[in-house]
Amino acid sequence: MKLPSHRFREFVIEKLIFLSGIASVLFVALIFIFLLREGVSVLKSTSIGSFLGGHFWYPISSPAKLGILPLILGSLLVTAGAIMIAVPLGIAAAFYIAEVAPKRLRTILKSCVEVLSAIPSVVLGFLGITILVPFLKNVLNLPTGLTAFSGSIMLAFMALPTIITISEDAINAVPREYKDGALALGATHWQTLFRVVIHGALPGIIAAAMLGIGRVFGETMAVMMVTGNAAVIPHSLFEPVRTLTATIAAEMGEAAKGSPHYFALFAVGIVLFVISFAINLTADLLLNRGKKR
Amino acid sequence: MESWAPVRKGFAAFFALAAVFFFANCGGRGSAGPRGGAALQIKGSDTMVNLGQAWAEAFNKLHPEINVAVTGGGSGTGIAAILNGTCDIAESSRALEEKEIEKAKSAGIALHETIVALDGIVVVVHPSNPVSALTMDQLREIFMGNVARWSVFGGEDRPIVLLSREVNSGTHIFFKEHVLRRGKSKGPEEFAPAALMMPSSYAIAEETARNENAVGYYGLGYISPRQKVLAVGPRDGGPAVAPSIESVRANAYPISRPLYFFTRGEPSGAVKDFLAFALSPEGQAIVKATDFVPIK
Repeated sequence: MKLPSHRFREFVIEKLIFLSGIASVLFVALIFIFLLREGVSVLKSTSIGSFLGGHFWYPISSPAKLGILPLILGSLLVTAGAIMIAVPLGIAAAFYIAEVAPKRLRTILKSCVEVLSAIPSVVLGFLGITILVPFLKNVLNLPTGLTAFSGSIMLAFMALPTIITISEDAINAVPREYKDGALALGATHWQTLFRVVIHGALPGIIAAAMLGIGRVFGETMAVMMVTGNAAVIPHSLFEPVRTLTATIAAEMGEAAKGSPHYFALFAVGIVLFVISFAINLTADLLLNRGKKR
Repeated sequence: MESWAPVRKGFAAFFALAAVFFFANCGGRGSAGPRGGAALQIKGSDTMVNLGQAWAEAFNKLHPEINVAVTGGGSGTGIAAILNGTCDIAESSRALEEKEIEKAKSAGIALHETIVALDGIVVVVHPSNPVSALTMDQLREIFMGNVARWSVFGGEDRPIVLLSREVNSGTHIFFKEHVLRRGKSKGPEEFAPAALMMPSSYAIAEETARNENAVGYYGLGYISPRQKVLAVGPRDGGPAVAPSIESVRANAYPISRPLYFFTRGEPSGAVKDFLAFALSPEGQAIVKATDFVPIK
């Protein structure tokens, strides 16, 4: 009560801001501890080797077969496919929007990209299952259109807005003098873009691609609807796959609490967490290296 | 003191809001809760959980004074619970086993059995597929991945694409136990790893309607003209039977089963009301809406 009121208010506000600041750290730590606590119990029913390297996923049989190698490979394959489509397309689109497009078209394109990012993944998945899947099956003459490739295309759509927006910011942030210098030396517009601007913007572009990968790897709904979810080790992009995320989403609702299946799903969560973390870490390292140079 | 007021006002508003939410929550629970006294515990078959919950919701509108709680766990769990008195109705997707009948006898409990609905699973293919009937054993070979091409069964020379429900689905479990494991709940048989796990009956229907290679299964209630429904030959070698509400009711269609309610003795009080509701036209309409077959 003796404290002057403004000092008290200051104190409260300061602490609140501090709390908000550390909240995200706290949440990540708590989530990881929770995942770890639930997930390690899977080792009661299987070993790390046969969990990560096992070829069969029959979680509700007795005894349950809990091998997630097909799921890990499925997730990686779908992600790799999506990145091969989205990264070149996204970077090219970013260059077009930032450097080539006339001003009017630029505004239109930018709002279109924003609309694309606003489409819910369920809606994309729905379009995928009704249009893309039958189309791919007929055009490529596959046994079924529910393949890793369908998932990759869906995910590429979802990663594009992230990649385009962040790459475009990076391109715009390249100092004007670089461009002016290159043009003054007689370089063409294309040479300027391809030899000068791209170098200046590279760290940002890599960050954009990495964030795109992160977005794709964790995506669940659209992937679950179009990839077929068969837990087999894939040999090509044109086979059905089951991803880590789809497995958790499809099975968590009914897994009996405390069963090997339940713990295995948490362990799948740990694997997802670790891989996502590795992707983000790589992005950070690449970005920092780019900055030091 | 004066300048404290806004802070205090803020706190007061916060607590007032919190209190409102707290009591609003209590009110919500109370209205569904045992205000009038009677509470009904229903436990058992995972296949029937959704059906039981749909019944409970509709029943609650007619009898708000009776609080119905429906939980799963499996038919065996439900029957065990009715035997040791921890539930009022056991939902079961199978008849009583020898063991359970003896246990009831030795405990002096007369279990009362009522068939409340029927469950029939249809096998569907693309309308252009020339195959129109398969036996139970052929279905077993197909879904275990032992036969890879339609030509084996007189179809075109195309690969067979298997469509299954996810493991969280009661339909998945019923098909596995009934077709793959020939009626046993435990066994080494599994769906082929290459079987596509579809998140819903809708997804299976959609894929079979568009893919000439596909074969899938779902509840009888999901039949539409966009897929071809196969007749199924029983395991003993009899003629193939087309699935329909009639053939399921007559127990002629092989991939079907009755769904039971078990109660302790003659049902009475709230249990009797709930049972009567489940068997009423309104209750049986709910059976149909949840993809099962009504008994009448």
